[in-house]
Amino acid sequence: MSDPEIKNAVFKILRRIAPEANLDQINSEENLREALDIDSFDYLNLMIGLHEELKVEIPESDYRSLGTLGELVRYLAGRLR
Amino acid sequence: MTAAQAPSSYREAIRESIREAMRKDDRVFLMGEDVGRYGGCFAVSKGLLEEFGPERIRDTPMSESAFVGAGIGAALGGMRPIVEIMTVNFSLLALDQIMNNAATFLHMSGGQFNVPVVIRMATGGGRQVAAQHSHSLEGWFAHIPGIRVLAPATLEDARGMLGTALEDPDPVLIFEHAGLYNMKGQLPADAGPVDIERARVRRAGSDVTIITYGAMLWKSLDAAQMLAKKGIQAEVIDLRTLRPLDEATFLESVGRTHRALVVDEGWRSGGISAEICARIQEKAFYELDAPVERICGVEVPTPYPKHLEDASFPQVAAIAAAVEAMVPAHG
Amino acid sequence: MPSLGADMEEGTLIEWSVKPGDRIQRGDIIGVVRSEKADIEVEVYHDGVVDQLLAQPGETLPVGAVLAVIREEGQAPAALVHEAIQPAPPAPAPSAPAPSAPAPMPPATRLRVSPLARRVAQELGVDLGQVQGTGPHGEITKEDVDRAAEALKKAPVEKPAVAPGFRADMRRAIAAAMARSNREIPHYYLETRIDLERALKFLEAENRKRSVSDRLLSVILLIKAVTRALQDVPELNGYWIDDQLQPKEAVHIGFAISLRQGGLVVPAILDAGRKNLDELMQSLRDLITRARAGRLRSSEITDATVTITNLGDLGVETVHGVIYPPQVALIGFGRIIQSPWAENGMLGIRPVVTATLAGDHRATDGHRGAQFLTALNQHLQEPEKL
Repeated sequence: MSDPEIKNAVFKILRRIAPEANLDQINSEENLREALDIDSFDYLNLMIGLHEELKVEIPESDYRSLGTLGELVRYLAGRLR
Repeated sequence: MTAAQAPSSYREAIRESIREAMRKDDRVFLMGEDVGRYGGCFAVSKGLLEEFGPERIRDTPMSESAFVGAGIGAALGGMRPIVEIMTVNFSLLALDQIMNNAATFLHMSGGQFNVPVVIRMATGGGRQVAAQHSHSLEGWFAHIPGIRVLAPATLEDARGMLGTALEDPDPVLIFEHAGLYNMKGQLPADAGPVDIERARVRRAGSDVTIITYGAMLWKSLDAAQMLAKKGIQAEVIDLRTLRPLDEATFLESVGRTHRALVVDEGWRSGGISAEICARIQEKAFYELDAPVERICGVEVPTPYPKHLEDASFPQVAAIAAAVEAMVPAHG
Repeated sequence: MPSLGADMEEGTLIEWSVKPGDRIQRGDIIGVVRSEKADIEVEVYHDGVVDQLLAQPGETLPVGAVLAVIREEGQAPAALVHEAIQPAPPAPAPSAPAPSAPAPMPPATRLRVSPLARRVAQELGVDLGQVQGTGPHGEITKEDVDRAAEALKKAPVEKPAVAPGFRADMRRAIAAAMARSNREIPHYYLETRIDLERALKFLEAENRKRSVSDRLLSVILLIKAVTRALQDVPELNGYWIDDQLQPKEAVHIGFAISLRQGGLVVPAILDAGRKNLDELMQSLRDLITRARAGRLRSSEITDATVTITNLGDLGVETVHGVIYPPQVALIGFGRIIQSPWAENGMLGIRPVVTATLAGDHRATDGHRGAQFLTALNQHLQEPEKL
């Protein structure tokens, strides 16, 4: 799976969580929680969504290093390789 | 394992309990009106004079106050007297002795004197002997602190309560229901003393708790059988001891069935049934799914004619009907 | 006009879904009413036949106004009433014509409920006004309550999605409730810092065992600990009504949920005291999802007995909240921060949360409040027992 494909999958889930947000304007190194005003529930839903879409189970201990869109895409790419 | 059973009756069971107590303990003796030569007005002590002699089976004058007082004195002096009063109606002549002496000495002497007397008497109606011989006044006695009040309903209790009562260091009153003396049944050959602390569940059920004692136990059990045919499972509790009341047993039961009916041959106003209702209300209010109901004796002096006497006491059909009105339709 | 919240004063009839002559059964939806918070389907609590529809769609009426008349089957139709009946009509101007014969209000009779049924209804969160009694004289018995609770579970009445104009209305509703709170409730505030080391270790170990969709959030431990502490100090769980404290046995935790487009709803996690961590997590997830979709149920809007507000996801350390009347307490949690922590003469770094209690001083005193925070701390030190 290529990086743009992964990014599309992440956006698909984020759109469900924050339908009003303009995702194209997110800087890939900006903290997602702050940029989109998402809380821990939304974040958990993002993780669950990724699990369903990409079949990647992300351990809780990795959450801390997955704050930005860039971090998330790189991490998933590594896991999916 | 059950011991061999032998036929007996309520009357014989009590006689056997007296005989056993007399044999076991020299300090035990029986006194009362006609208990010796006549064999007791209900023939409970028949044959005991011949066996134990006039020193220990003593006929007394017709003076309840005097011979109950004598029994209290003997108990204070170290004896273990069994005093028989013909019926509860006549016990009123001895009420001063029972209440002001027997029940109070332990407290008024600062614990120095206890009164280990046992007073037996017949209670209850249903024999067409009218208003001076038929009342159920055990509820009155259950009002008095300092005495224990027992009401045997079964052969086992008739056989076993006296022995345990004689062990009690304080006064015990035993109310034998006159209508039960002829009740026949089986008793184990080794039947003996029974506990006098706890009520017993005589029939397990889940829909309603019937709380009763004495002769009303049998009417309640008959009613429970009728109700079972209609799909209503009544639990029947035999109180056995009216003072101190074993409330834990009936409160536990009401906690399961959420409905209670008290059946008492005695009068309703201020009776033991009222006390039981009050305890349930105080301690199990939030378990109740229906008001606590009562079936009691009608508040009249017991009539002589049979049809009127029957109408004045709780009957099986009325008990069953009361339960049916309390329990929502099953189906 | 049904009351769909302590702060609801009036509602607008949006539509009728029945017409005169329709046969209706208890539980049927007969129409839709718009409150300031949402559009709510109106359920009917009696079997019968729709006799007259008094309110017209679009009409705004105060809570308690008669919207329609239902007659029992076989009963003759009532005299025609031409308009919706207001519960307390203003005195008519002297020259106004006499109002056309108003239908008499049914006498307000006290429900016949057995003590056991009343207790169980409270525990299960069943509204006795909606229970049909089958006792000998129509009393509501435990069996009736159980049946109603079962029906509630099976057929949750979901409310339609957010209506336009909703935000402004919601802002007004929040304004009314909070203004009333600050006007009427003498708040006192207590706060304590709680070491969450053990709780978070426990959570981490728990979550390691779980798949991502079953994981618990730390707020679940906080909620659970609050329910435990409320069981220790029940005076904080309940209402201040008619100048007296009415503690409630069941703990329905109102959980403040902010909406993405602004505003706030505080739906209740019903019977939180009886739920384990997994059930709480499930309830909260469900509640947040539906709150954000504007699909809350009326009992969730009205039944909270206490409120928790958790602003820990934002940078906030301490929350001094405003009690939602008629409740008597609000518990706030801030962010969990790594903080220096002295214990047994040693200094270490611990994850620490600041818990605050806003209490209604009419109902409780600081002493009780302090007992609550102490209990809360103790429960969080023994997470395996939560």
